[in-house]
Amino acid sequence: MKKTPLYEKHLALNGKMIEFGGWLLPVEYTGIIEEHRQVREAAGLFDVSHMGEILVRGKDAGAFLQQILTNDLSKAPDGKVIYSPMCYEGGGVVDDLLVYKYADDHYLLVVNAANTGKDFDWIKDHLSGDVDAVNVSDSWAQLAIQGPFAEEILQEGTDFPLKDIRFYTFVPEVTVFGVQAMVSRTGYTGEDGFEIYMPADKAPKVWESLLEVGRPKCLMPVGLGARDTLRFEAALPLYGHELSAEITPLEAGLSAFVKLDKDSFIGKEALQIQYNQGLTRRLAGFEMVGRGIPRSGYEIVDNGNPIGFVTSGSFSPSLGKNLGLAMIDSRFCLPGTEFDVIIRNKAVRAKVCEIPFYRKKYRK
Amino acid sequence: MKVLDGLKYSREHEWIKVVGNKAYVGITDYAQHSLGEIVFVELPEINAYLDAGDVLGVVESVKAASDVYVPVAGKVVEVNESLLDDPACLNQDPYENWIAVLEIPDDASLDDLMDASEYESYCAGEE
Repeated sequence: MKKTPLYEKHLALNGKMIEFGGWLLPVEYTGIIEEHRQVREAAGLFDVSHMGEILVRGKDAGAFLQQILTNDLSKAPDGKVIYSPMCYEGGGVVDDLLVYKYADDHYLLVVNAANTGKDFDWIKDHLSGDVDAVNVSDSWAQLAIQGPFAEEILQEGTDFPLKDIRFYTFVPEVTVFGVQAMVSRTGYTGEDGFEIYMPADKAPKVWESLLEVGRPKCLMPVGLGARDTLRFEAALPLYGHELSAEITPLEAGLSAFVKLDKDSFIGKEALQIQYNQGLTRRLAGFEMVGRGIPRSGYEIVDNGNPIGFVTSGSFSPSLGKNLGLAMIDSRFCLPGTEFDVIIRNKAVRAKVCEIPFYRKKYRK
Repeated sequence: MKVLDGLKYSREHEWIKVVGNKAYVGITDYAQHSLGEIVFVELPEINAYLDAGDVLGVVESVKAASDVYVPVAGKVVEVNESLLDDPACLNQDPYENWIAVLEIPDDASLDDLMDASEYESYCAGEE
């Protein structure tokens, strides 16, 4: 089991530690609901050092990434962050990731912790031309500061004008509390915020300093539990739930990140066929009408006939409702459509609703 | 962690308090703490006859659902419906807020259950 550079800090803050993707991380400090609300209303600080980082460099790096990713990087300027699925030939998903474009011959991929090894192998197996990939996950730490006060708090630690970092862009060298860091305006909560990448040994200092200067703005540390409920309300996909080797990005509602007009990429043929034929199933959001909390893997039926399964489900702290995301027969995905979720062998009524469940207007 | 004298405890972290032939059943402080904030409770049917080890009900935190087991066989005669609207009171006072009351036979045996001090050391071993 791996520990992040902030492991001791989590223990000191009474973090309840659990295993996640091979890492020991806090699921909560004071309580998932309180931490969740804190991020929506003020600001929260997350240790996301478990995320994997893979450097891709070389003259042909751009062309190579165009080949393994479904999104189109060709028009991205330096300093841009691009979200993209990475697919198998059959259209299922290897992983979903962020691409940080430093230059035409220099990119950083940020991947899901549990998939880092698999992704790196996949990338190595498909390398072509003048391009090299290095797994730098162990030498990097990553913090996320998220919420309406995130900019104000982080600004206390740097002279760089953070308002100049627009949504889904980054600056490679920002001095944060004396530490050279890469800072992007990105996140996984549905709130405004930043992600800060730095050498692993520098993370405790930045973590401490942020909590210190953030105190007047009620900044608090937030664990994986609230990270999940926050991303869930914003309907941001989680690999292994909304995305997997068996689910295509089109089915997961990510067609905006699949550019079928690109010349070629791994999975294009399968996805083109699926697109042409129309989707037989797709991701939909629903809310419980009857009593019960939907959970990942629960079956969904219409008049007793299976029509899909729950990919993620939870009590929603922001909306106070029991909500779910489900992969269901396309005929049942229109808002207002009702079906049953099988909860402990009982059919409990639910109704399709719009996603994201929660949408905040913030600076982009 | 709070453990009350005079109650009996199960390995699955239920407490039981016997008054005459009635047994009040709830979850322990240890259980509520390891679950985290409880946001949903499912109660048994009144008049159901349940064996020891059967599922009495379900408590769900934000993250997961956990079964509550029957510590001693009996018939469900009362359920705590206030938990349906306020599941979080299981976090605030798990010993005050029982989940269900079972009617148990006169010769019901509580020998398989732990007393307060046994339960305390049992929990210490779980850590």
